Amino acid sequence: MEHGSFTNDSFASFTLAEEDHTLANAVRFMLNQDPRVTFAGYSIPHPSLECVNVRVQTTGDPAREVLKDACQELMLMNRHVRSVFDKAVSEFKVEQARLAAEEEKNKKAEEEELKKQRDLLASMDIESD
Amino acid sequence: MTTKGEKRIVSEEDKIFAKNFNIMDHPDIPTGLPPHLQLQRTRVLCKNDAPIHTASVSYSGAYNAVGVDNSVKLENFSENFKVDVIEISKDGMELTFDMIGIDAAIANAFRRILLAELPTMAFEKVFIANNTSIVQDEVLAQRMGLVPIAADPKLFEYLSENDQPNEKNTIVFKLHAKCAKGEGRKKVLTEQLIWLPNGSELVKESGDSNSKPKTYTSFSRSQKESFPEFADNPITPSYPDILIAKLGPGHEIELEAHAVKGIGKTHAKWSPVATAWYRMLPEVILLGEVEDEDAERLVKACPENVFDIEDMGNGRKRATVARPRDCTLCRQCVRQNYGEEVNKGVEEKEWIENVSLRRVKNHFIFKIESTGSLPPDVLFTEAVKILEDKCERVIANLS
Repeated sequence: MEHGSFTNDSFASFTLAEEDHTLANAVRFMLNQDPRVTFAGYSIPHPSLECVNVRVQTTGDPAREVLKDACQELMLMNRHVRSVFDKAVSEFKVEQARLAAEEEKNKKAEEEELKKQRDLLASMDIESD
Repeated sequence: MTTKGEKRIVSEEDKIFAKNFNIMDHPDIPTGLPPHLQLQRTRVLCKNDAPIHTASVSYSGAYNAVGVDNSVKLENFSENFKVDVIEISKDGMELTFDMIGIDAAIANAFRRILLAELPTMAFEKVFIANNTSIVQDEVLAQRMGLVPIAADPKLFEYLSENDQPNEKNTIVFKLHAKCAKGEGRKKVLTEQLIWLPNGSELVKESGDSNSKPKTYTSFSRSQKESFPEFADNPITPSYPDILIAKLGPGHEIELEAHAVKGIGKTHAKWSPVATAWYRMLPEVILLGEVEDEDAERLVKACPENVFDIEDMGNGRKRATVARPRDCTLCRQCVRQNYGEEVNKGVEEKEWIENVSLRRVKNHFIFKIESTGSLPPDVLFTEAVKILEDKCERVIANLS
């Protein structure tokens, strides 16, 4: 819900229902990053109310559009975070699997080596007998 | 330079020069933030008495005066953002990763969503048919509620107030444990919970004896049919060895527990993580050479073993920072005399600050400990998706 002025749309307050610090703080950060914004802030009017008030004042652009852009930007940021995270995790898992396989291989080689030595020792024993 | 009385002649060339003049283009003007501002912007300094420069500078025009743009543009963000997976635990339920190049506002949003807004399944109703154990009914029900269930919540629907519990929104378990007289004390563990894919077996009392007996759920078919993934591997609690109660000789518990979908905001039992937290990357810097006796004192002072001693030859030693990630910020190394008590009679040395403790503001060491319903990497991607949905909703509301 928007609480603004009829004559000047460069400042307005918005009430976001069923939201809390989670979204409001992130949106506030995104708004502050926008050079068009002169002031951005948020407050929760009462702890038992499930809403936040976001205040946006701009250098002239409509506050509504600026807030929309901030949300859009945040959304694109999230999308990027997700793709980078997924890639990092799958790469890590592949690497882990490779390391595990290598370890297995080394273990097997070691065992074989031990067996060989044992056989050798056994054959030597026979010879000495 | 023009002197007084002389007429100033301004050529066309001068005008153009003046118009295009920008002090920042001058080769003698240093570009970028001065180092002390850069330090304040990117680091929290943990001083002896308190940390300083803790807030992040979010205003885009904060450094306009020195010609530095402080706004984060998506392109810059995409270029600088990095994720390094540090560790996934053996059972795959704990994940540690580094998130670099993101502001605390957004990292904190992820953390808050992980804790409170991701759905899971948890016991909401416990029907106790018999309980002669020393654990009271309400305490038993509360304990049951906290048992994590290894079922993907995406497969299920929310049970709203007017809904009948059916196979799409409810998981039913039964528990019957008994300790016969003459036996020793017995433990009731979560492995004794038995999944009922056909729904409740408890019959509702009704005055009408002719009608078909009703149970507390109305499943139209078995969950084994409606969810093919559960046909061969039944739904169980995440861990088989969680203690629910202890029974003495002659005690008995018989109950049925109904799990529904919910989020951590409503009750912590629906939180999919035991905990999800982050800390900023510690940075430990030696401000000068710390040598010999001083080096040994410094190494001894640190309880986390952050420092090492390097042998410089001819019997001299020097302190080095070996494991800055282990720093817990106890600040022992920035206290006077490294927190040691000064012996009476021994002259107190003049205090020189040797170490600078810092935290990198945009580098987060993130840890997610899942309770077992979903692996932590899935939880994180789901959390990011939820934040995306929130943004989308606001945009939709505004247009």
